[in-house]
Amino acid sequence: MDFRLTEEQERFRLEVRQFLEGEIKQGLWQPTCDAWIMGHDPEFTKRVAQKGWIGLTWPKEHGGQGRSFVDRLILTEEMLRYGAPAACHWFADRQIGGAIVHYGTDEQKKELLPMILRGEAYVGLGMSEPDAGSDLASLKTRAVEDGDYYVIDGQKTWTSGGSHMNWIYLVARTDPDAPKHRGISEFFFETSLPGINVQPIVDITGGVHFNEVFFDSVRIPKKCLIGEKNKGFYQVLNQLDYERSGMERLMGNYPLFDALIQYTKETKRNGKPLSEDPIIRPRLAQLRIEFEIGRLHMYRVAMVMDEGRAPNWESAMSKAYGTAFEQRLASTAIEILGLYGQLSPQSKWVPMQGMAYHSYLSSKGYSLQAGTSEILKNILAQRRLELPSQ
Amino acid sequence: MKLALSEEQEMLRKMAHDFLTDKLPKKVVEEIEKSELGYSPQLWQEMAGLGWMGLTFPEKYGGSGMSFLDLAVLLEEMGRACLPGPFFSTVILGGLAIADIGSEEQKQKFLSKVASGEMLLTLALTEPSARYDANAIETKATANKDGYVINGTKLFVPDAHIANYMLVVARTDEKAKAEKGITIFIVDGKSPGISSTVLNTIANDKLCEVVFKGVKVPKENILGELNQGWPEVQKIIQRAAVAKCCEMVGCIQQALDMTVSYAKERKQYDRPIGSFQVIQHYCADMATDVDGTRLSTYQAAWMMSEGLPCTKEIAIAKAWAGEACQRVMALAHQIHGAIGVTIDHDLQYYTRRAKAAEVSFGDASFYREVVAKEMGL
Repeated sequence: MDFRLTEEQERFRLEVRQFLEGEIKQGLWQPTCDAWIMGHDPEFTKRVAQKGWIGLTWPKEHGGQGRSFVDRLILTEEMLRYGAPAACHWFADRQIGGAIVHYGTDEQKKELLPMILRGEAYVGLGMSEPDAGSDLASLKTRAVEDGDYYVIDGQKTWTSGGSHMNWIYLVARTDPDAPKHRGISEFFFETSLPGINVQPIVDITGGVHFNEVFFDSVRIPKKCLIGEKNKGFYQVLNQLDYERSGMERLMGNYPLFDALIQYTKETKRNGKPLSEDPIIRPRLAQLRIEFEIGRLHMYRVAMVMDEGRAPNWESAMSKAYGTAFEQRLASTAIEILGLYGQLSPQSKWVPMQGMAYHSYLSSKGYSLQAGTSEILKNILAQRRLELPSQ
Repeated sequence: MKLALSEEQEMLRKMAHDFLTDKLPKKVVEEIEKSELGYSPQLWQEMAGLGWMGLTFPEKYGGSGMSFLDLAVLLEEMGRACLPGPFFSTVILGGLAIADIGSEEQKQKFLSKVASGEMLLTLALTEPSARYDANAIETKATANKDGYVINGTKLFVPDAHIANYMLVVARTDEKAKAEKGITIFIVDGKSPGISSTVLNTIANDKLCEVVFKGVKVPKENILGELNQGWPEVQKIIQRAAVAKCCEMVGCIQQALDMTVSYAKERKQYDRPIGSFQVIQHYCADMATDVDGTRLSTYQAAWMMSEGLPCTKEIAIAKAWAGEACQRVMALAHQIHGAIGVTIDHDLQYYTRRAKAAEVSFGDASFYREVVAKEMGL
């Protein structure tokens, strides 16, 4: 047993930190919460690509660095700590590249991976539909074969990154007569094709990130199929294990944690800093403890991936735990602010640039997106503990 | 022991429920929230016509002479409907204080105009320190030959931008102990030297920063006695806390009703999600929290109504309600799934109001200390 990272890994962490701190000093961007999913900055993504930090874990023969998932975890941990605007490449790097490496044809790997590695693929995820949330297998969007094409008709909702995407990952039904899990296929194609209509959805913070995407007889070349026709559901389940696995499920609002510590040290009540308040002090310490536990969960998941296994129940556990932590961090922060917690980011007198207010509202979605905590706990109970399903 | 409302209170509740449901579809709430005034003058007059503002004022001042408990029933329905506007400020913070400790002249001058809907009031209490103890009052009222001059900054004052008069809590004796040198002044909102800025808040409830620069107030506008204001302020805070709890009961009752409805309708895996055990447990937890809030709130409201000492019961109700609201809204969001995290869905009206109510007039930490003292700890 050894809980230390290697010297090389520690040097890598330092390198990433210095890069990010340098960028902040130059005023290129500011740390924000949820930057991994809402911080769309194509120039930042290009600079990250130039450092070879997209596709870190992909095999070298496909242009990746062939490095470990722990190394990628170190990279993403620092990106999240500094609230870096990595949204343009996050999905492509986290899961789509992996799906192509795993299931793609040689032609697809040659055509698609270099584009992702250059930081040019801004991917939207077309999975959920109005009637297919947790029950993804009941999706209705159709992909009908027509010569060398598939014709896509239907509607996706909660499509992340929809307003910035130039590529979309889509799951659609290719065999309506098969049992529902066995008639689904995965596709990956450019959103510049005619017939695609993106409608933004305004969320509870007033921000726009999720979208409805309408497909009206969209003709996509057959080469856009990823993996095997009608095996898409099983492929996407595998992809979801990776989608859930990351540090962004624990550190999505980490800049708030740093800001909160700073705030409690600087703000006095009755002559003493809030950090010495007998109620606040142990709460902050408890958050730290819970964070450290979450971090260990995340590293365990990375090590499972380095063993070559999909982190099925492990990432279900780490995401359910991590998002609950993020929500506790947000609600503790807004609570500590008392009356000031009511002030929105635009308001006079607002502390911490409104990070606590924003995260309090936006964190409501963390335990829902990419698998609700209820579904995740079912996976954990059934796969790890082998409890019987209903 | 009886826990049910009287027949008259049930009728009042039903009437208020139907009236507010009809007048306040969420689109209208949204429009009002976004407006500069923050309330609908037309709706305000209709409410005055129903006798709501003067519900508990003596009849000689244009009121109906009803009890605080009757008012509690109204407040719950206002919470349920997300009624925006200065009812809480005008009636709970201003009107009830004047009815309680005002001189005969003050009662004549203010109460009938509040009852008729002509006058808006508020209370300027909290300052940038954002605390509810006597030491937090730094705004000064200095005596001169004509009266007093007020200087200072108040923060989180509801509806200051439209209030005709503000009850301003200021320090009149700096040499005395903190609790012994405070006076409440009734200040004309148009006085030179007052500037109100509406803050941007989670409930869009027009909380204001109010800066007082050399604001003159005549002696006659002291509410209660000089330097004896703090015990009265504490009563105002307690009354406001209970009234806020009543709104919270309406808020989380509605959130529970919406959530159970949704759980019955929304299907995944070919069955209503409400048929899954975990969802049923969540709803059960929500219902338990709602009922605990309801029971403790009405206990405090009834005791206040009866004039019984109830510092402990008020503290229990407010400490409980704020945290219960957070638990209920978190589960409501979890059960509603993604649709509940959009601005177009009604749930967010309740989420935002629950957070504002939680921190107003003392949060759980504040009231836990009150309970600790009552326990003799």
